[in-house]
Amino acid sequence: MPLLDVDNLTIEIPTEAGLLHAVNGVSFTLERGETLAIVGESGSGKSLTSLALMDLLPSRAVRKARSMRFDGIDLMTAGRREMEDLRGDRMAMIFQEPMTSLNPAYTVGDQLAEALRRHRPVGRAAARDRAVHLLERVGITAAASRLGQYPHQLSGGLRQRVMIAMGLMCEPDLIIADEPTTALDVTIQAQILLLLRDIQREFGMGLILVTHDLGVVARVATKVAVMYAGRLVETGPVEAVFGAPSHPYTQGLLRAIPVPGRTRPGEPLGTIPGQVPNLIGPLAGCAFRNRCDRATDACAAAIPERDLGPGHRMACVLDPVAVPA
Amino acid sequence: MTVPVLELENVTKIYPVPQGMFKPRAMLTAVGGVSLSVARGEVHALVGESGSGKSTLAKLLLGLTKPTSGEIRIDGVPIARTDRREVARRIQPVFQDPYSSLNPRKSVADLIALPLVAHGIGTSATRQKKVAEMLDAVGLPRRMIDAYPGQMSGGQRQRVAIARALVMQPDVLICDEPTSALDVSVQAQILNLLMDLKREFKLTYFFISHNLAVVEHLADRVAVMYLGRIVEERGREALFTGAGHPYSRALLDCVLTPDPSLGMPDAVLGGSFPNPIAPPPGCAFHPRCPRATDRCRVEAPGPIPVADGVAACHHAI
Repeated sequence: MPLLDVDNLTIEIPTEAGLLHAVNGVSFTLERGETLAIVGESGSGKSLTSLALMDLLPSRAVRKARSMRFDGIDLMTAGRREMEDLRGDRMAMIFQEPMTSLNPAYTVGDQLAEALRRHRPVGRAAARDRAVHLLERVGITAAASRLGQYPHQLSGGLRQRVMIAMGLMCEPDLIIADEPTTALDVTIQAQILLLLRDIQREFGMGLILVTHDLGVVARVATKVAVMYAGRLVETGPVEAVFGAPSHPYTQGLLRAIPVPGRTRPGEPLGTIPGQVPNLIGPLAGCAFRNRCDRATDACAAAIPERDLGPGHRMACVLDPVAVPA
Repeated sequence: MTVPVLELENVTKIYPVPQGMFKPRAMLTAVGGVSLSVARGEVHALVGESGSGKSTLAKLLLGLTKPTSGEIRIDGVPIARTDRREVARRIQPVFQDPYSSLNPRKSVADLIALPLVAHGIGTSATRQKKVAEMLDAVGLPRRMIDAYPGQMSGGQRQRVAIARALVMQPDVLICDEPTSALDVSVQAQILNLLMDLKREFKLTYFFISHNLAVVEHLADRVAVMYLGRIVEERGREALFTGAGHPYSRALLDCVLTPDPSLGMPDAVLGGSFPNPIAPPPGCAFHPRCPRATDRCRVEAPGPIPVADGVAACHHAI
């Protein structure tokens, strides 16, 4: 049984202009010890997908799914109390901006201890010991002296480490990290990603990494799910998706980034013309077809998912064309 | 020998920092003894992490703040002796976030014409014509002339910001992280646009970025900054094939190219960014440096010549 099994997740948001189809028929599974990267651009629905797993969507968003199971627990029918017990205990979330997700009015020590004592019958001293242990584990020096500090007294990198330590307090089975390093400097980013990778291996957790950075995906993830306009367009093992990117959108994304050794300095980068379609109202066929240079009439009909190799699938009617290196 | 379009000579900027009511103010050296020379038509990149002094350097170049000591020259003439309007005409900024750098209550036409109005250039009719030309140049449809920033995407807003910078026909654009708030596909469009405009208008770019893949793609020369000082300044090829300063090396090691076979870099720089109010003695980088020796703990290294540039390190390779 996979740790996480999401089948046909849909998120709709009613707006004044009509129904916004933010996420449309997303399915994936995650095993313990795997790292799944959900990659996409603004508005692709990648963050909403991760929030839907935790039942943290904005109240007016409507979540539907054929099924959504975490370690056998049906997340669609779980009640409010049951979700509160799961969140922070067996499922933890690390957000992009630790300054807004840490409480500025409480010390680091209080917040870490609370994360544990909310779910476990432990005393203050034991909670404090675990907090110090985890702060050290995430590479914070003089950990004990940090417990009395407030979030504003820490640098961005330290705050993000505190967030990770807090997520680990109850030793969760699943960690969802939404752009955990986007606001950080490159050397700190590398430290945090190494840390997440090591901790995930050590505890055998499942990790979902939501990001727009293809370099991070390639180096950290075991599986990739590429999202466009609320749909999964290509999924597969990271080696397969980067080795043989097949959906025209995945190919377009990879052509758009400068890669030393592949792109020639000063030469034009690949671009994806046009804009993401309006997701309000019904949208039939492939959502990418208005920007795709290979689109045909067949792209306006329903798009079947097709197998490209072991675990490697895409939603495109066209036969994959290899990208020139 | 042609005169560089931009020249910094031993430029230092020190800010007093209040320490509390009864304590004397501390002195923070945001930029310390920076000398740089930017040739006309060049893309000169500046890389470094938060707190390295990149943005202070940008402010100094834009004439928004005065150096504590040292001299900045445009075409050989010191900025201090140049009219502020003249500096603003010749050096224009493009900022990181087109969501906060454009006034949401102004139309595209007003936003782009603003520098002309501020400088009293042209009549309403000639300004209108100029705005239309600029829209064409940055690839925005003319029907967008009456649009407001709220109706535009991030990429379109950044095009407006670039049009506004170009309308004064400047010599130099100071681009401060111009694409880091944008999606990858949009980033590619803006970078391509910047390269096209550079050729068309014979511009010089001072390009501040933390994205080394982008810097390698478009820079001719690169300066690496750490704690207010330039630690290395090289031609692109020389830096990216053989960085001499250990800090430059560490930055290059952290570039994550999209290649799954490489995995994460293992040797990541230890320690954390030092307190800029009390920088370490000797070489400011020595507490984090794998090559540090006793000499580095006491003696600050000066710039030493390396292939196609300089590196400030006792043990540069």
